[in-house]
Parts: sequence; C-alpha cells; structure tokens
Amino acid sequence: MKPTDINDPEYFHKVIDCQYACPAHTPVPEYIRLISAGKYDEAFRINWISNVFPGILGRICDRPCEPACRRGRVEENPVAICRLKRVAADYKNPEVDFRPPVPAEKNGKRVALIGGGPASLTVARDLLPLGYSVDLFDNQAKAGGFVRTQVPSFRLPEKVLDEEVERIISMGVNAHFNHRVESLKAVVEQGYDAIFVGTGAPRGRDLPLPGRSEGGASIYIGIEWLAGVLYRHITRSGPRVLVLGGGNTAMDCCRTAKRLGAEEVTVVVRSPKSRMKASPWEIEDAQEEGIPIVDNHNPLQFVIENGKLVGMTFEKMTLRQEEGGKERLVPLGEPPVFLPCDEVLLAVGQSNAFPFIEKELGIRMTGRGLPELDANTLQSSLPQVFFGGDAAFGPKNVITAVAHGHQAAISIDLFCRGLDLHQRPAPHTNLVSQKMGMQEWIYDSRVSVDRRYKVPTVDRTKSLRDRLLEVELGFSKQTGHQEAGRCLNCDVQTVFEFSTCIECDSCVDICPESCINFVANGDEEELRQRLLVPADDPDQALYVSPPLPTGRVMVKDENVCLHCGLCAERCPTASWEMMKFTYLSPQADK
Amino acid sequence: MSSERPVFRHPQATKNSAGYSRKDYEGAISTLCAGCGHDSTTNAIIQACFELAIEPHRVAKMSGIGCSSKTPAYFLGRSHGFNAVHGRMPAIAAGANMANRELLYIGISGDGDTASIGMGQFAHALRRNLNLNYICMNNGCYGLTKGQDSATADRGSAGKKGEPNPYSAIDLCKLAIELGASYVARGFSGDKQQLVPLIKGAFAHNGLAFIDVISPCVTFNNTSTSTKSYEYVREHIEATNTFDFIPLQQEILAHYPEGTSQEVVMHDGSIISLHKSEAGKEVTSRRHALDGLEEEKAKGRLLTGLLYVDPHSVDTHEIINSTLRPLNTLVEADLCPGGAALAKLMDGWR
Repeated sequence: MKPTDINDPEYFHKVIDCQYACPAHTPVPEYIRLISAGKYDEAFRINWISNVFPGILGRICDRPCEPACRRGRVEENPVAICRLKRVAADYKNPEVDFRPPVPAEKNGKRVALIGGGPASLTVARDLLPLGYSVDLFDNQAKAGGFVRTQVPSFRLPEKVLDEEVERIISMGVNAHFNHRVESLKAVVEQGYDAIFVGTGAPRGRDLPLPGRSEGGASIYIGIEWLAGVLYRHITRSGPRVLVLGGGNTAMDCCRTAKRLGAEEVTVVVRSPKSRMKASPWEIEDAQEEGIPIVDNHNPLQFVIENGKLVGMTFEKMTLRQEEGGKERLVPLGEPPVFLPCDEVLLAVGQSNAFPFIEKELGIRMTGRGLPELDANTLQSSLPQVFFGGDAAFGPKNVITAVAHGHQAAISIDLFCRGLDLHQRPAPHTNLVSQKMGMQEWIYDSRVSVDRRYKVPTVDRTKSLRDRLLEVELGFSKQTGHQEAGRCLNCDVQTVFEFSTCIECDSCVDICPESCINFVANGDEEELRQRLLVPADDPDQALYVSPPLPTGRVMVKDENVCLHCGLCAERCPTASWEMMKFTYLSPQADK
Repeated sequence: MSSERPVFRHPQATKNSAGYSRKDYEGAISTLCAGCGHDSTTNAIIQACFELAIEPHRVAKMSGIGCSSKTPAYFLGRSHGFNAVHGRMPAIAAGANMANRELLYIGISGDGDTASIGMGQFAHALRRNLNLNYICMNNGCYGLTKGQDSATADRGSAGKKGEPNPYSAIDLCKLAIELGASYVARGFSGDKQQLVPLIKGAFAHNGLAFIDVISPCVTFNNTSTSTKSYEYVREHIEATNTFDFIPLQQEILAHYPEGTSQEVVMHDGSIISLHKSEAGKEVTSRRHALDGLEEEKAKGRLLTGLLYVDPHSVDTHEIINSTLRPLNTLVEADLCPGGAALAKLMDGWR
C-alpha cells in the first residue's frame, strides 16, 4: 500500500466517525469535551454554528452519528451523542446571544426563501451575516415547517422550537407568514437574485383501498392529522385506532392517539418488524407506552358497516428469499385477518409536490416528481433557483435539511458574486499537538468503562394524559458529564512520524486494541489479513507509513483505536504524537 | 501519565484452546521507561503462553532485582510469583521446583542479576539442569542505577555517559552451554517473530532452558556507540536458523518439504522444526554451538536463534530421583510409611 496522506483533510475526518457520518459534519468530540468541562455555552455555540438547531436536534435528530460511533464497536452502545447535544442546549446561559453580527448596510442582493423549515432557516442564518436581504414565505403562522406541524409536543416542546426558530428570524429575516406561495413565476418576476425552495415533502400518501371513500370520515392522512392535533382541530381520537405504516410518522401518530384518549392503539406494518423504517428508539418508546406492533399484515380493505368504519382486513405476509439473494414480501395464502377499529391513521409515506411551480419557468423535473438538481450545488435548471431539504431529493431528515441549507447558502453566495459554483470553499482544518508534559495530555485520555446512561423520563401514566408534557427529561448536569466521559476523543489523532521510529515495538506491546503492526508491505486486501487482528472492516482505513529502516511499514487499523494515547506515552522517540484534528465544514464565505 | 490500561480489547480477538484470551496473560501496566526492550520481551512471554494455551495458575514466575526483575509484575497477573533478593532467583526457583515439579517455572533475570551478583547461583542452576526457563533480559548496563556498564557490556562499547567499557564481556550463552544448560538460545527484544518460538521451545524443554534476550536500555544504552542499541543489534544480528515450534497436539498438521527442515523432537513430543537444515544439523552439538558463537563473534556478528538443544536432557528431578508428586500432596502415610516399609528398606541393605 502507498503511505497514507494525512494532509488530505478527509483522512483524519473519516477517523472521527461521528462527525464524518453527520450530514452537517458537526465537530462532535469537541463539543462533548466542552460539556464534560461544564462549558455549555461553548458546546452550544459549536453546535449552533454547525447544525443550527441544537435544542431541536438534541431531541428529534435521526442521529446518523450514533450507529457510526466508535464506542459502539468497542462495547455494546455508542455515546448518547444526540442527548448530549440537548445537554448543551438545556444548560447554556439563556442570557448569551449566540447570533453573529448582521451588517446594517446590506449588500444589495435579495434572496427569497419559500417554506420556513430547517433548510430555509439555515440558508437565512448563513446569508444574513453576509449582508443579504432575506424574504421568507410560509403558509403557517410561525416558522419551523414540518418540525412544527409533525413532531408532537411530547417529543419536542413548542418552547424549544420557538426559541431556536426565533433566534434566526430575529437576525433580520423579512418573514411573510400565513402566505402560501401559489406561483413561483410571480416570485421570480419580483427580481430576486436567488430563490431557495425548501417546501419539504408535504403530501402524505393515501391508501386507495375498497371502503376508503365510504369510511373517509374516520380515515386520516397521518401528517395532516398530526397538524390538526397541533392546531387543535382534532382534540380526541376514537377508542380503537389502527395506525398503518412503520416509519417515524407512524410512531408519532400512535403515541399521539394514545394521548388523545384512544384505549387501544395498534400499529400495523406490511413487512417484518426488523424492516421498519422508524428509528429503533422511537419504536421502543411506542412499545413502552403499551402500543403493540402487528407486522407482516398487508391491508386489503376498509370494512364499512351501516356507513361507518368498523375495522380493516389484512392478508398475512412473509419475507421470502428469492434467487439472487433478493427478498420479496409475499402473501402466506391464509384467510384474511380482521382487525376492528374506529379510526385509521395512514402513515405510509410522503411525497413531494410542487403545484406552485409553473412548467414554463423551465425548472426540469425528474420522473419521480423531483427537481433536477446538481447534487453538489443544489442548483436547478433555472440558474437562480435552488432546492434543499426534503424538497430536493425526497423525504430525509432535519439534519440533512440543515446540511442542504449550508450548501445552498454557499451556492447562492457564489452565484450572487458571479463566481463558479463548483469552486467551493475548502473545509477549515487544523492539527495541534495535545502534549502538555511528560506523558500528559491536554485531553482526558483515560478511557471510561461506564455503560451508556439512560435518559430519565416522566411518569408514563402522567405523560399519557397530557400530550404537551415532554416525555424525556434530559440528562442532569452530572449524568451529562458522565456520559460525555464515554466519548473516545476520536478527533485526537494518533500521528506517526516514521523517520524517528526505532522499531522498538513499545506501541505494539501497549496498544490495548492491537491496532498497531510493523509488517512487510503488501496489497491492501492481503495486508488486512496479515495484521495482529485481521482488519475485516474495509470502511475503516489503514494508516500506513513509508518504509522503515528494517524495510517494514507501520500499519495501524483505525477501526477500534481507543485514542487512549498509550502508544504515544510509550514511544521513546515521540514518533507517535496525539494531535487534535479540527475539521470545520465550509459555510458561506465570511 | 496513564497509570492504567483501558479495559477494552479488540472485539475480534480470539481465545486459545484453553478458553483464555490474551488479556488473561497480561499483568499490571509497565512502569519501565518508554521504549524499554524488557516490555517487548514481556509481551513475547505473554504471546508464547497465550499461543501454547498454558493455564495461568500452572505457572510460577521468579525474579531477582533490577529493571528486568520488575517485569514479572507486567505479565501473567494470575500466576504465582516470587521476587527474590538480588541474584538469588535460581535458588528460589530451585526450591520451588523441588517442592512442586508440576508447575511451569519462568525465571526472569537481567545481566547484572545474572552475570555479576548472581553468577554463582546461575552457574549451579545450569550445572544441575534445573527444569527452569531462565530468561535473561540483557541490556549491557545497570539501568536501575543510571546505566553503569555491566559484565555483559562488550569491550569498547559506550553508553550514554560516553566512556568505553575497558573490560572483556561475559557471553552468557557460551557460559550456559559450557556449564550444562540443555537448551540455549539468544533472541532480540525487537524481533518477536524469532523470540516467541524460542520461548515456546524453552517451555517444552525438560531441563534448564536459557534464553539470552538482547533487550536494549533505551534510556542509558541506546547510543550510537553502544553494541546493545536497537540500531547496532539490528545491523549485526545473524540468525543461526529460523524455526517453527510445533506443540504436541499440532504435530500432524505440520508439513515441510524434505531437505528444507530438520526436526528436533522435544521431551514432551513437541517438535522444533528448523528451516535451515545446514545450520540445524549442528543444533544438538555442544561443540558446534560454541564454535558457531566464536566464529560469528570474530566476524563482529551477534549470533541469535536456537544455539543448542539436548532433546534427551535429564533434569534435576530425574538426576536425584525425587518424588513425582508435589510435596504438599504428600500425606503422613507417604512420609512415614511405617515399620513394614522400614523393614523392607533395611532388608535391601543386608
């Protein structure tokens, strides 16, 4: 293998599994260390700069960082990164103003944002400090988009949402609420320098089965029903409710129905439970609230008696292995199953809809009803129109919308300055030694043995009576500190200087995870098998040095390195050094 | 400084046939200098014990005084141990061995502990062919007292202080072969590929197995003028042979093309398979072993590898015909067999 190029910013970035997995590339270990030190304001600031909504995301993020967390490969559970983000938001000083200065004198460029969700708000946050004038249009009374209408208050209190939305609006967004954009052409004609479309995936999929229209009064589209609950158009649910679908919306629907007085709530999914799209922790929460999940049931029809919905019939399914390793869901051929109910909530998917975009504008659409976009710049075929969030590539999640917002802001800024959109700013990186003295480091190199701490919750019966009562209480400062201590500091890199190495083997001998090897070089695939413990995960990089005096090379498998610093402590020539790698994703140029 | 090693180990790390993971053979975290050769030697011992699936409670480790003699704290944390006074490891090991021949004895010593203060003890352990694995971590200096030249420092070699050593060096391997050791090898702490099989072979050997491990003192004797520095040893090393150690139970699985290897069957049925047959032929000959050492020394080279082995070695217990059972299992009836037994014994002398 060729020697590893550690000057490539992506090499060490990839070692920081959590940050690399995060669409917005939030510097996770850095803010966790700050929480550990009780510096909540600074931890919050890092989050706010990167992911814009720490309080919201600290509750409802899809957490791609956690499955990626190295700790999950070292022991059973990853660090509770998401809940630590909430710790930063909960304990920050409410007096501190985190907003950057916005110039009173504008740069003369006007940007329109359509939709007031997380993607649009991120664009506003990034562009306002640069002097842009930002107009935002949303059909709701407040900004927040689907985070506001779809996420129930027992998961995300309105107060938290309002605080984080207001922090951006108050930077000087010219907001037009209760204003549905009916025509993009009309917006274009107003001569904006750039337009950002962040209208989400607003259409809940229907299920056109027999009985759908007759039972219409008792059958709801999940996301519309959730919005109805928020705006108090819906205040009660029937005694027996069926929720169809296995995603996070289904979980929100069933738990909300339970809080609106339903006695029996059942979630029914077509495929096996293990294939459900909902996050495992949301499924867990629903089950803890006594909501059964019936899997492998494919809906056949709504059963109507005397003009009233009385239940649904389903056929039992099974997942069958087909030739070529493909799996297919097929009926078992058993007689249909009848499940009685008074109401049905449909949470079987969402799709995009752009009724306000006129054909003659020249914004090309794909066959799936999505805009044709440049994946890097988010620019549409009408140069001044950009897309982001769920509106860009279909339903994803909040953190992806934020990442789109940052990219779109960069594009819009480049576009307005007449620059090439593909010449994107580089990430800001830095590599700093952590040496403080003889075998002493600036960071806490001790590896905690604590297991993942559970977030305390309010009393179940109490929370089921009040849909506005937040279920999770969040970590205390003490527990937050302990959980933060579980972080392995993956951003503190083991940097190897081959020219001073005397090949004494001290690092090999001390490494608790047997990561370090001194071996003859070879092809990657073959080399991976020859290490002390075979490096079986090709997604985890090998750090390879140039040849050493004995002709061998140093090969470090990054996979389960604890970043404990013992290799550097035991190295007599300081050929190993612990260095903190900072990687800040580019944002619209300041 | 980290006073502890993290508890986590590689999730894909395997267990040996006795059901132990490598971690079960570890000890406390080392307090030796960073880069000390002794830590590598310690790890080679851990590796050998792990690979041979030795049960940790069937091992006793003995040592004297010195940096090297601290190391039994850093391996086999679940085994028996005794830290003797300076140079007296062989006496303690002999006593323990006489009391219980069923344990595996690992004696750890250094060049000061062996070649200076403990020379008398060393000589007699060799002479009696005590069933002991005598590992000498040899760095040519007294590291614990700031690096004075030891008795194994080569003439002309200079450590950190810069004064060349005016005296002639003791070659512990030559001495061991002369005085009756039945398994003699030399290794280098920086070459575990060679050292681990050497230790495994020693464990299988019945009788005194002596391994002289050149183990550089990174603090006081790793200078460009020293003959026991990492760099010097790497440049002047000459392996007699490379070999595989094949434990008894794996014997059937080993296949070597004819002519490329010579096999030495050990007392317990294990096999040492030498890859260089021309060198291998001499490995059971004392005279060839001594000649080889002398020849390479004349060339300025340091001969390593398995230097001499007597596969038919007879250890102290066999020489003195001692009881097969550990002394603590002998009950009164064994020790005082009664009048009938006495009469029988007396009859034998009539």
